[in-house]
Amino acid sequence: MMFFVTVIALFPAMFLALGRAIVGPTLYDRVLAVNSFGTFTVLMIAVLGFMTDQTDFVDIALTYALINFIGTIAVLKFFVVGDFGYEEQRDQ
Amino acid sequence: MSTLIDILLLSLMGITALAAVRMKSLFGAVMLTGIFSLLSALWFLILDAVDVSFTEAAVGAGISTVLMLGTLSLTKSEEKTSNHSQIIPLFVVFVTGGVLIYGTLDMPDFADPLAPIHTHVAPHYIEKSGAEIGVPNIVTSVLASYRGFDTLGEVTVIFTAGVGVLLLLGIGRRREDGDE
Repeated sequence: MMFFVTVIALFPAMFLALGRAIVGPTLYDRVLAVNSFGTFTVLMIAVLGFMTDQTDFVDIALTYALINFIGTIAVLKFFVVGDFGYEEQRDQ
Repeated sequence: MSTLIDILLLSLMGITALAAVRMKSLFGAVMLTGIFSLLSALWFLILDAVDVSFTEAAVGAGISTVLMLGTLSLTKSEEKTSNHSQIIPLFVVFVTGGVLIYGTLDMPDFADPLAPIHTHVAPHYIEKSGAEIGVPNIVTSVLASYRGFDTLGEVTVIFTAGVGVLLLLGIGRRREDGDE
């Protein structure tokens, strides 16, 4: 029951993060919204795993956290550099 | 209890999809598709399809967001408003959807135990895969053992595609030119 309440309590946070991703207004708001949404997904997977007695979901949640991190790094690199090309290609 | 979770999750997915369609800023739309992939990965996990969920998170939220951003760096960042009439596309979409719904009418009822998919090889996998293969996850034992050659073929295709892309991009050749 406690885990179920936790899952339900996560939903307002997810709705708020989604709202920030939709409304914007700046790009950084959207990046931050997607990143925190990924964090909520990780939390949700972990709590759902404990709620349904499938505790190996924690491993999956950890992998999701890694994917979320790499995705955010890629988006931020896109902001700084403008593309994903190699250094040597830009010099030419 | 879990019905409430399902309803909330699916409504989140619906809102995300509608917002991604309506959004004019293409960067925002890419971010929303990333959120949609995360949500559908969560949804697959709730449906106990862990491997599908992994694929969705890695490909949908990870790689395709990066590919979309790479495309955005080559195009404009705002959606162009189209002046064409949208009645014919709407008609095509409705006809296609109607045909698809008509196609589902022949399908067996949901969770019908006598449906072909439940009477063919699935009972054998469920009863004997633990003893025959020794892997706790039935899907894994089907993919890695019963259909091992099929999976080997798939991996070969993906490897060939990767090698082809690397050759087309010419990454190795460019490094050699730099040394000379």
